[in-house]
Amino acid sequence: MKDKLFVGLSAAAMLVILAMLAVILGNIFWFGKDMLSWEFISAKPTMGMTEGGIFPAIFGTVALVFLMTIAVMPAGVLTAIYLEEYARADSKMVKIVQQAVANLAGVPSIVFGLFGLGFFVNFVGRGVDGFFFGGELYYGQPAIIWAAATLALLTLPVVIVTTSEALRAVPREIKEGGLALGATRLQNLRRIIVPSALPGILTGVILAVSRGAGEVAPIMFTGAAYFLPYLPTKPNDQFMELGYHVYVMATQSPDVEATKPILYSTVFVLLALTFLLNLLAIYLRARLRKRFAEGR
Amino acid sequence: MELVNEEIETVTKLPQFRLDAIGRPEVAAAEKEKIRVEKFSFWYGKTKALDSITSRVYEHRITAYIGPSGCGKSTFLRCLNRMNDLIPHTRWEGKIFLEEEEISRPKPDFTVLRRKVGMVFQKSNPFPKSIFENVAFGLRIAGESNMEKLSASVEESLKQAALWEEVKNKLERSALALSGGQQQRLCIARALAVHPEVLLLDEPCSQLDPISTAKIEELLLDLKSRYTIVLVTHNMQQAARVSDYTGFFLLGQLVEFDDTRKLFTNPSDKRTEDYITGRFG
Repeated sequence: MKDKLFVGLSAAAMLVILAMLAVILGNIFWFGKDMLSWEFISAKPTMGMTEGGIFPAIFGTVALVFLMTIAVMPAGVLTAIYLEEYARADSKMVKIVQQAVANLAGVPSIVFGLFGLGFFVNFVGRGVDGFFFGGELYYGQPAIIWAAATLALLTLPVVIVTTSEALRAVPREIKEGGLALGATRLQNLRRIIVPSALPGILTGVILAVSRGAGEVAPIMFTGAAYFLPYLPTKPNDQFMELGYHVYVMATQSPDVEATKPILYSTVFVLLALTFLLNLLAIYLRARLRKRFAEGR
Repeated sequence: MELVNEEIETVTKLPQFRLDAIGRPEVAAAEKEKIRVEKFSFWYGKTKALDSITSRVYEHRITAYIGPSGCGKSTFLRCLNRMNDLIPHTRWEGKIFLEEEEISRPKPDFTVLRRKVGMVFQKSNPFPKSIFENVAFGLRIAGESNMEKLSASVEESLKQAALWEEVKNKLERSALALSGGQQQRLCIARALAVHPEVLLLDEPCSQLDPISTAKIEELLLDLKSRYTIVLVTHNMQQAARVSDYTGFFLLGQLVEFDDTRKLFTNPSDKRTEDYITGRFG
């Protein structure tokens, strides 16, 4: 009797979650579907964002996430490799780093935004300008490279934690097998451990991309623009981004009512894009797993 | 009363003076020492795992070490190719020599040492790669990239490990698709591919069925002419079947080491006798 009650409760909890998800997605699709068209995806916003499309924001989001991945992967994966494979598990340093990573994961994203502005834009950017450009303003301003760096910092804990888990999941026998054949630690890492952990490491990328693509707060001070007539082509260009575009339309538009259909469609596109990026990573992971199973 | 006490003392001292394979001049004259272990003790943290082991491994012979679980025989084996260095907080005293080279010195070249002293583990551990790449791994990390040489070596090693006939048409397939016994023979082939002088086997058959076990035992007897083999097992019948010399470990001590036939038919130590007759362990 008690058992049945518990099963009922847990099932109900699950249903509530599913229902909430369905309502959110349904609502977005229902109100957004009228605006969806090829033109909407491929054109620039016009008429104070009450008409036209959102292509610059889509482009900016993809470029941002791409740059972020390039920045976060080496840093995160190398950190995890150090923690798992080189440092002694009982050392104080490892514990401090692990605690720091956990704390980093708990910092609110707006704090990352302010940190990005203070550190990357003002400190690093100005420093670069002063050093290479004689103080002229090139990098000391919000730009896609600084936004990507800030997002990379935000997603770093996700990558470190998932990579660590993936490395830990490689059986000890296999790690020892490589060493017993005379492999150096580096050879063992490159040829045995990392390839075996690669599907797990890609899971980290998937999670980081999902997290990064949806964040607005870290990029609003570090590079995202209200409206731009051009696409970002250089690392120090500003850019439009879907999440920020939604925020702008909902709060800063001259005519909030008129932007509503576009708003819904934009959210829909953002969700679809995140989903697509995820699918891509999941596809890559599945291919890798298959390759290992077949042994090529 | 006094006399009785004296007798007991003599009895407990006996093992130290008995004439085992190391101490017997005719054995020492007939065999060539490959590995020499001198008063070797080993600690994990504060736990003493090996207590003053003195033993010999003779060239082109199979030396088996038997004993109950936790007696230190695997620790001993892993000292011979320094696999224990992966574990933090270990230390040791005494010396181990591979011919003239001291294995137990502070910083040996692990790559060179482990190529000379190959190892096969209790749990078969093929890499998630093809059969070919598993066997070629040792050569590849040594810098060999000539496909002809690799292919020749893979074939030779698989033949030595009596696996060639079973896998020659599927070398590109995943090693993980092989059966447990085949995987273990693949691991032997992989170890042989780098032409080791000594092959260490850590309970290689403990997870295999009797038929696979028989195949591996047969294989070891074949390999004896080319390699020096050290086998750790808790299967006493296995030690009796394949080995030339046997050492019996108990609680971190090498209680007895002798010619296999002698140790199993006429052990010098009461504890060995109890163990091989199944009175404990």
